[in-house]
Amino acid sequence: MVWINSIVQGVMLGGLYALFAAGLSLMFGVMRFVNIAHGDFIVVGAYLILTFVVSWGLSPVLGVGMVLVLLAVAGYMNQRLLLNRVLGKDILPPILVTFGMSIIIQNGLLEVFSADSQKLQTGWLETTSVQLGDQFAVGLLPFLMFMTAVAVIGLLQFVFYKTPLGRMLRATSDDPEIVPLMGGNNAHTFALATGLASLVVGVAGIWLAMKTNFDPAAGPARLLFAFEAVIIGGLGNIWGTLLGGIILGVAQTVGAQVDAGYQILAGHLAFLLVLVIRPTGLFPKVSH
Amino acid sequence: MTKLLEVSGLTAHYGDFQALFGVDMQVEEGETVAIIGSNGAGKSTFLRTLTGLRPSKGQEIRFCGQQIAGLPADQIHKLGLAMVPEGRRLFRSLSVEENLLIGAAGKRKGPWDLKKIYDLFPDLVAKRNNPGTALSGGQQQMVAIGRALMSNPSLLLCDEISLGLAPKVIKDIYEAVPMIRAQGTSILVVEQDVSQALAVADRIYCFMEGRVSLTGTPDSLSKEQIANAYFGIGEAA
Amino acid sequence: MTMIAQTGAAPRLQTSLSVIILGATLAALATAPMWAGRAELRLLMEALSYLALAQMWNLLAGYTGLVSVGQQAFVGLGGYMFFGLAIFGGMGVLPALGLAAVGTAIIAIPTGWLAFRLNGAYFAIGTWVIAEVFRLGMAQVGSLGGGSGISLPVDVARSLADGRAEREMAMYYIAFAIGVASVALVWGLLRSRWGLAMTAIRDSELAAETVGVSTRRLKFMIYVLTAGFTALAGGFLFLQKLRITPDAAFSVNDWTAFVIFIVVIGGIGTIEGPIIGTVLFFALRQVAADWGTWYLMLMGVIAISVMLVDKRGIWGRIESLTGWHLLPVKRTLD
Repeated sequence: MVWINSIVQGVMLGGLYALFAAGLSLMFGVMRFVNIAHGDFIVVGAYLILTFVVSWGLSPVLGVGMVLVLLAVAGYMNQRLLLNRVLGKDILPPILVTFGMSIIIQNGLLEVFSADSQKLQTGWLETTSVQLGDQFAVGLLPFLMFMTAVAVIGLLQFVFYKTPLGRMLRATSDDPEIVPLMGGNNAHTFALATGLASLVVGVAGIWLAMKTNFDPAAGPARLLFAFEAVIIGGLGNIWGTLLGGIILGVAQTVGAQVDAGYQILAGHLAFLLVLVIRPTGLFPKVSH
Repeated sequence: MTKLLEVSGLTAHYGDFQALFGVDMQVEEGETVAIIGSNGAGKSTFLRTLTGLRPSKGQEIRFCGQQIAGLPADQIHKLGLAMVPEGRRLFRSLSVEENLLIGAAGKRKGPWDLKKIYDLFPDLVAKRNNPGTALSGGQQQMVAIGRALMSNPSLLLCDEISLGLAPKVIKDIYEAVPMIRAQGTSILVVEQDVSQALAVADRIYCFMEGRVSLTGTPDSLSKEQIANAYFGIGEAA
Repeated sequence: MTMIAQTGAAPRLQTSLSVIILGATLAALATAPMWAGRAELRLLMEALSYLALAQMWNLLAGYTGLVSVGQQAFVGLGGYMFFGLAIFGGMGVLPALGLAAVGTAIIAIPTGWLAFRLNGAYFAIGTWVIAEVFRLGMAQVGSLGGGSGISLPVDVARSLADGRAEREMAMYYIAFAIGVASVALVWGLLRSRWGLAMTAIRDSELAAETVGVSTRRLKFMIYVLTAGFTALAGGFLFLQKLRITPDAAFSVNDWTAFVIFIVVIGGIGTIEGPIIGTVLFFALRQVAADWGTWYLMLMGVIAISVMLVDKRGIWGRIESLTGWHLLPVKRTLD
């Protein structure tokens, strides 16, 4: 019973990891670009919602809207003004620039918010649970978190395959050199991709704030979880990323059930195991 | 007739290597013009410079009376200059129809839409939801031409559209040229296949070693003139 | 004729200048225990260890294109292995350091086999995950103190030399040897037949493959070699600290972020870059370490600026402007 419970908890947690991973996967898919500061931006989202709702007392709806808009705009500008300048065949500049950003963000957060660990209290949301069948109950908060992940990934899938923006993103991913001949502006398209990814980062940050304790140094671990979910799921497959997140989440909660100290380690080991067995991930991209 | 494209004294360099030495060219509205020349004559470099894929700052390229040298490729495209790139370059993760729709991203008004493209190339209708790269070479070329037309260009540039295709397929593709002209779209084709170029063009330019070696209407030029301009063996023979 | 004479004079001048600078620096470092105070000596030891870490990261990222952000794995393993061998194996300082380096290189073989399954930027994050596995794993090893770490018994340090001054001096010369050996190792490697292949990989991997360099095997060898040498520096760093904890041993900031900063600002893909970078890093730290978080943010800004302004870093810029090589690695026909 405890085992089944921890697996269910792990699945819900996997939703959060899929939210972490979706933005990373999107940016890599379009630009072959890995943002080392990805986790730190998620933590920024968490601090923003905390500031808006707790410190400023704004309504949650307004707060969420502001976080999402702010991060999307910041993501667009960051790509347009800075990151586009280091994109290219050499992988080193983007890694180093985003590594530098990661250090700046972590220390900036430390300066503003101190090293204390924080959490966004959600009151009744946290104490209510949903009945699943006769036997099981799942907390409302983790349940909503998981459903958010499913919705976000479904939405990304829709944007990618059913909208003009998605068409342009895929075309740019295929052959960025030729896209300007079709009237596409790569700098703008890349910035839109990062803007969209940052929107998802905002959603992930809000859920991080509600789900767990976080502090200014919490970013790198989030980057690693995001990365692991992407690799376990298989590159280029966004539903695979959800499954990758779930596998990672279940590995962690089952590990924690064995011994609290094994939670994170078990997740990493599950990732390494997948890397040994199937380096292309469990659900690599199927051609459309 | 008004001048659609006016290029004067165009040069191009790859490092120390000079690829174009002062090329002059005009295309009138409604005209079909062909550029012929052997490999390495500078034809593709010329097109890439026109479209903004290669730097052209400070040069003299007028399109519809406007100076376009130095503009980025996407802005040149929005003014009505579309290119069918060499090797077709379809987007492999996009379906045939999506490839066509990408061409219309600039939202220019004009005669071309999906229906018109499918009228022009009926073979594509059945394949509209297939991945672009799953088609035969000829059909891929049709998608590439349709994709460029979808932007409703005033001038369509075609870079080596017969390359690597069977003669029968080339003939089918070139049958579309008069129909494209009928919609008022001017065409500039770059072609190694001289007979094909002579058959469709109002005027031809022959390139040799980065210069225009001959220009005129197809019926005013003799075979010898063209052969000399193409291979550069005139004076020797 | 005058033109030829002039262009010939510049390299000769640069060569003699290089010899003078290198000779003076080496002499100053070799005699440091005679002129430096205790605090300066400790700073120099740390700087020499960082020089070794920077040379190794540069060898890996600058020459073979393997951008690792997980080198803390090897610093930590080197430190822990050294502590383990000295405490439980009863070994002396020098053999324990050496064996820790060899042991870590051996562990780097399966580790590298895993990391090499990922490409490019994903390799970078993969190495970080592996380092985290070692950090979390080490926290579970009770005999080495678990999460709270373990101290080095006083006897171990005492075994180096009798008096405190003599001990400091012995420690210093270990650091000196590690620092100088790291430069010599990279220099020697680059001048060897592998050096040509490595430079080829740095400039164009595709071209290197076509002339028959097995880039994958060479990269793997470099990965294992740098792991071992990084562990040697790591072992020494924790000998100096006398205490090791998982968080300190496998710190991404201390052992990778700072090292990357050193290499990037100094000039990646050059031997001289890490040397210049180490000097600048410690100079900046002396001035700005009290600024706390602002100091770290400043470092981030500097690293980003280097990438935007000239990604070759300071030495890369100097080299391209003057053609000067402090430590020439190209074999010329003279």
